[in-house]
Amino acid sequence: MSRLMQLSRAVSQKSFVNLTSLSCQPRYSTDASNDSKSFVMNIFRGNLAEEQVLPYPRAITDEQVEFVQSMIDPMDKFMLEVNDAAKNDELAKVEDHTLQGLKEMGAFGLQVPVEHDGLGLSNTQYARLVEIVGRYDLGVGIALGAHQSIGFKGILLAGNPEQKKKYLPSLATGEKFAAYCLTEPSSGSDAASIQTKAVKSSCGKYYVMNGGKIWISNGGIAEIFTVFAKTPITQPDGTTKDKISAFIVERAFGGITSGPPENKMGIKASNTAEVHFEDVKIPVENLLGKEGEGFKVAMHILNNGRFGMAAALSGNMKAMIEKAADHAMNRTQFGSKIHTYGAIQEKFARMSMLQYVTESMAYIVCSNMDAGYSDFQLEAAISKIFASEAAWAVTDECIQILGGMGYMKDCGAERVMRDLRIFRIFEGTNDILRLFVALTGMQYAGKVLEPLSKAMKSPLTNLFGMSYASKRASHKLGVGSGPSVTAHSDVDESAKLLSASIYNFGLTVEDLAIKHGKKFISMQFLQNRIANAAIDIFAMVAVISRSTQALEKKTENARLE
Amino acid sequence: TMARVLVGVKRVIDYAVKIRVKPDKSGVVTEGVKHSMNPFDEIAVEEAIRLKEKKFATEVIAVTCGPTQSQETLRTALAMGADRGIHVEIPADDYVKTGPLQISKIFAKLAEQEKANLIILGKQAIDGDNNQTAQMTAAVLDWAQGTFASELKLEGEKLTVVREVDGGLETIDLKMPAVVSADLRLNEPRYATLPNIMKAKKKKVAKLTAKDLGVDLASSIEILEVADPPQRLAGIKVENTEELVGKLKEAGLV
Repeated sequence: MSRLMQLSRAVSQKSFVNLTSLSCQPRYSTDASNDSKSFVMNIFRGNLAEEQVLPYPRAITDEQVEFVQSMIDPMDKFMLEVNDAAKNDELAKVEDHTLQGLKEMGAFGLQVPVEHDGLGLSNTQYARLVEIVGRYDLGVGIALGAHQSIGFKGILLAGNPEQKKKYLPSLATGEKFAAYCLTEPSSGSDAASIQTKAVKSSCGKYYVMNGGKIWISNGGIAEIFTVFAKTPITQPDGTTKDKISAFIVERAFGGITSGPPENKMGIKASNTAEVHFEDVKIPVENLLGKEGEGFKVAMHILNNGRFGMAAALSGNMKAMIEKAADHAMNRTQFGSKIHTYGAIQEKFARMSMLQYVTESMAYIVCSNMDAGYSDFQLEAAISKIFASEAAWAVTDECIQILGGMGYMKDCGAERVMRDLRIFRIFEGTNDILRLFVALTGMQYAGKVLEPLSKAMKSPLTNLFGMSYASKRASHKLGVGSGPSVTAHSDVDESAKLLSASIYNFGLTVEDLAIKHGKKFISMQFLQNRIANAAIDIFAMVAVISRSTQALEKKTENARLE
Repeated sequence: TMARVLVGVKRVIDYAVKIRVKPDKSGVVTEGVKHSMNPFDEIAVEEAIRLKEKKFATEVIAVTCGPTQSQETLRTALAMGADRGIHVEIPADDYVKTGPLQISKIFAKLAEQEKANLIILGKQAIDGDNNQTAQMTAAVLDWAQGTFASELKLEGEKLTVVREVDGGLETIDLKMPAVVSADLRLNEPRYATLPNIMKAKKKKVAKLTAKDLGVDLASSIEILEVADPPQRLAGIKVENTEELVGKLKEAGLV
């Protein structure tokens, strides 16, 4: 397997091997299991799959909505009155009384089922609450996220009932911290190349783990670790091969040491440290998921956590827009308040748009997760990419509007800027995620393009024998048209643009696939552009869908949207 | 005696919100504005819960009067630790005309119904700033009253209240039953935590109307106008001390 495929596997839970067969052998994909309902997946085939995006999805009940609404004000009040982001940043830790308050608040076990002492929140409800945390303190957001969004998420997603019963209660109450341990000195984006090893003892009762992990959030304070390590696995042919397995490891097992807290640019309130494992004896019952399937678990966790970042950042952007607005409403220059000037107004328009898109994306993703879809990985990746870049731009403009004031530490915007920088790097860098979006999408397109590709090579014999191929061929001949979008008539113009974009995007993908075949895997320059187009198209549908909903419900802000 | 405590909670515009007067000057804008529990009522709830935690009280019943949304405030009181709630529903149109007198009559009736012997209220609500409900309630019931409490101690029939008065503190002993109004320094109210909000969903809330209690909501007070405080005028710059002294003399300030 090539380095690149390993790389793409590093961000995908799905095997990438099929991509190599893009134009090798004709393979008819009439199998329904190959057809994803994912909007982004389908634009790679030039199709509009509305199910997950139109109308704007909502998967929680009125009662769940009411429940989370009752939690918003108390959470907000706590973050406003008790949490001190500047102090946490200065101390490079969450203040003790705040941490204690957050534990009592229930903030450490938002999604842990009620029977395991958590709040049992759905993804949508979780998103609404982390939005508030993101509004006030991204450092605390990461401390909480490292714990529950990735730290012990593996136990929630892949743990067996005994593991859940044993570990979740003390994690949900914050009595113990959890950490997710994947990254190693020589293994960052290329996560499949980890070196940490866990070897089963001869008695078969435990594994012995050796290795080192770096940049582990909560690494210095966690008691429970989700650790990914290579385990030798006997193949059917009798040979052994190292495969990644996931483990629940307790600090109490012994042999675990943590480095000092790393001195970082931002999110200082969150502890980041090295974690070393030396002959750590892990009982076999602490294997998380199946032996050799740890990579899947690792990616499953990350895929399931990305929407939380988009939600937290959409809250963060709101706060920064408010900060800038507060200044613009009160600052007089050249005889007028600066909010009356077009140059400032344009900044606000753009900032608000970025926030709106991020928020719309975040809730599409978590709603689809709550609705039980499992093919949200591209949308989740896009929401993380978009949110982290949008938030950076919004904070940057906030500082610009505040001018010299914004550059001062006391204003608080510089801290946010430092905190934000990591969001484009961790949990899959935006660069890797872009390649992931492009390659996964292309692979999906490839499944139906294979016959076409073959047909193109011998058109006379094959072309008209295949319905899909002829549909694509008609596109080529210019007789096809874009799909029709179910949107409110007031956003008809935008819907038409969306339709045309999907159509053109599908054709472009097809052209690239036919032209480059499997060589596309190494064409990152093109992959980036394909990903950017996919991101824009998903942004378009998110906005069209949400504004359609607002227009139909005739909400107060419908016109603005 | 153990106390049975009624505690009043009012839904008001959040303290952090900038108040806007309606264009027709009939009141302030409440639609789309963040509301929360009156801060002095939070202190009252906290004190009531502490009495129960210290086994001085058998039950804490939170009461709110107002439109449907007031239930949110009641839920907060339940999440903080009140045992159950009573919502006396007053439709929004009637509610704007309801004053301390009407509310005190409601509390008096409820105290009788619930056989309460202690009523703790916030000293005033931050919206109307009336500072009358506790006093009036004590009067309607003919109970003892301890207003502006900064400390409260219950020993048998005796309730010792340290009151915040101008220039110092006054300590008084009351014979139960009594009405107490909470001042700012009585305690630091706890935060409603998410697990407790979840548990509070199961607590009982009774819904009544003023009519059920035989209370007439008619008020003899009519609000004529609500206006913004006068805008501060811009100052002037003076060139030198002579000019400054001259201006001060002109204004008769020196």
